[in-house]
Amino acid sequence: MKEDPLRVVPTDSAPVGACRLKGSALPALTLMGEHDLCPGCGEPLALRQILDSIEALNFSQRAIGVIGIGCYTALTSLMDIDLIQALHGRAPSVATGAKRMRPENLLFTLQGDGDMVNEGLQEVIHTAARGENVTCILLNNGVFGETGGHMTSTTVLGQRTKTSIEGRDAAVHGHPILIGDLLSRLDGTAYAARASVHDAAGVARARRFLDRAFESQMKGEGFSFVEILTMCPTGWFIPTADGPEYLDTELGSIHEVGELKRDGVLLETRGR
Amino acid sequence: MTRRLMEGSEAIAEAAIAAGCRFFAGYPMTPFTEVLEHFAKRLAETENSACINAESEIEAIGQAWGAAATGARSATGSTGQGLSLMQESMSEITRAEIPIVIFNMARGQGDYFQATRGGGHGDYRHIVLAPANVAEAVELTQLAFHLADRWRHPVVIYGDYFLAHTAEAVDIERIEFDALPDKDWAVDGSLGGSGKSRNLNPIGMTKGSKGIDPNGFWQALSEKEDRIAAAERRYEVVDVEDAELIIVAFGSLARFARAAIRDLRSEGLKVGLFRPISLWPFPSEALADAARGKTRIACLEQNAGQMVEDVRLAILGAAPVVSIGGISTDAAGFGIGALFDSELIADRVRAAYEGRAVPRGVVA
Repeated sequence: MKEDPLRVVPTDSAPVGACRLKGSALPALTLMGEHDLCPGCGEPLALRQILDSIEALNFSQRAIGVIGIGCYTALTSLMDIDLIQALHGRAPSVATGAKRMRPENLLFTLQGDGDMVNEGLQEVIHTAARGENVTCILLNNGVFGETGGHMTSTTVLGQRTKTSIEGRDAAVHGHPILIGDLLSRLDGTAYAARASVHDAAGVARARRFLDRAFESQMKGEGFSFVEILTMCPTGWFIPTADGPEYLDTELGSIHEVGELKRDGVLLETRGR
Repeated sequence: MTRRLMEGSEAIAEAAIAAGCRFFAGYPMTPFTEVLEHFAKRLAETENSACINAESEIEAIGQAWGAAATGARSATGSTGQGLSLMQESMSEITRAEIPIVIFNMARGQGDYFQATRGGGHGDYRHIVLAPANVAEAVELTQLAFHLADRWRHPVVIYGDYFLAHTAEAVDIERIEFDALPDKDWAVDGSLGGSGKSRNLNPIGMTKGSKGIDPNGFWQALSEKEDRIAAAERRYEVVDVEDAELIIVAFGSLARFARAAIRDLRSEGLKVGLFRPISLWPFPSEALADAARGKTRIACLEQNAGQMVEDVRLAILGAAPVVSIGGISTDAAGFGIGALFDSELIADRVRAAYEGRAVPRGVVA
């Protein structure tokens, strides 16, 4: 059992020993250890919201995560829930098979934009169309971070990457896929939303959307999807401190934040 | 269950379900399609089970992977073409040590290398079982699920058009094998927050530690495969004791070889059959023993010459090895070749027996 980190030390009586604040302020479902992520990375912020949501909704002993391949893969050694490590792009199918055998469990995938929207686009679309009762979570930074900053299918026009040096040009590189918008149009999708962790309000919004997606899954409503825009200053070749603003203005203006679909109904005005 | 006439596809699905298979995913492709059809029909009637008509072979094996990760007996399948698409996952599943059964209703025997060499990236092999008839397919299908669980390793059943579509009278009952360890490795979510949660990981990452130990990871897999290779070699011999020539053949083609041997024996030719049942691990020592002192070893396979490499490696020059098979399929390319003819095989064996040249090239 966790102790209350804000426990008040009694001051109305003489101390009986050395006085120090006991208890842990550690986040739930997180193991302590080193990680390999860069300064300014947005993925730990998103991951913390996922784990906190699972804990708060009391799914800690029912959650199974299926993990794609990307920078976030390195964080799985610190996630204290049952996991299946999948291939690049294949997590939605793996989650499908696991959910069919264990419908009482909360099944979610954790994927990046290269994983989900490039390599595994077919898998996530079919999983959504089938109305599979799983939650797919996309950490979208518009770049292959792990390989060092290459163009993905969500890279926005004008964005510089190592494979679009002068900025993504529609005539040369094609257009970005707005995956949340695309998935929300499928009848099997019950819930779809896009959040961004560029500021505190955005982080809180990500948490709300995750809560709703997980609740939707456990009510058996069908496929649920949460896209979370995350900073990648390393892969964007910008100063670390500029990450949040770049995310909000460059990626956020194309991949617009808000709820796209709730209770199986497309929202005309994006939910917040 | 009483004895009933059924085609191989149906018998395989029935045997798998008798063995406790609860999940199947597949994508239609001749001659595998009917395996999927029977699973779809029968798993829909079975409690806590599911069959998915997957949108691709890549998704089929992904879905079977997820089901298997929960500890459920799970299978997928296709033809060799579809298995080509599945190899990436087959490699990863092997390294994550997840038991799974994969049916290859191949278009002939040209997938021997794909099946036995670890067809995807990395350093691994799968157990491969090749039934020669429907009754044996029923037995080996159940054995496949048992071996998969025993070793936490994928098992491939290598069949073909003949096996899938020949109807034979079979009796399908659950075979009781030795007791298996509990599947405490399977994910059920229960260890969340305990500090001991599971990670079914094909890349060697473990909870609470940074990075991986690739050398130790590959070495552990290699050592397990050595133990499998020592324990799971399977084969059948027919009339090899006094034989001067031994035919080596597997799967459906071995049935035709058997018929040829009956005819040749009646002519006074001392001919026997060595039939590998496990293609990996290949029964090398047993073949070497059988080959000792023989005049000739005739490798009969329906391809340009693949198993003959394993035959030569097993025998190490103790007897001359000659290939008497060849590329042989039908107009549609489904693997129903003219080589499936006991008289044609007998002719080729006679030539080999007498030291004459055996025709090479396509058998059409």
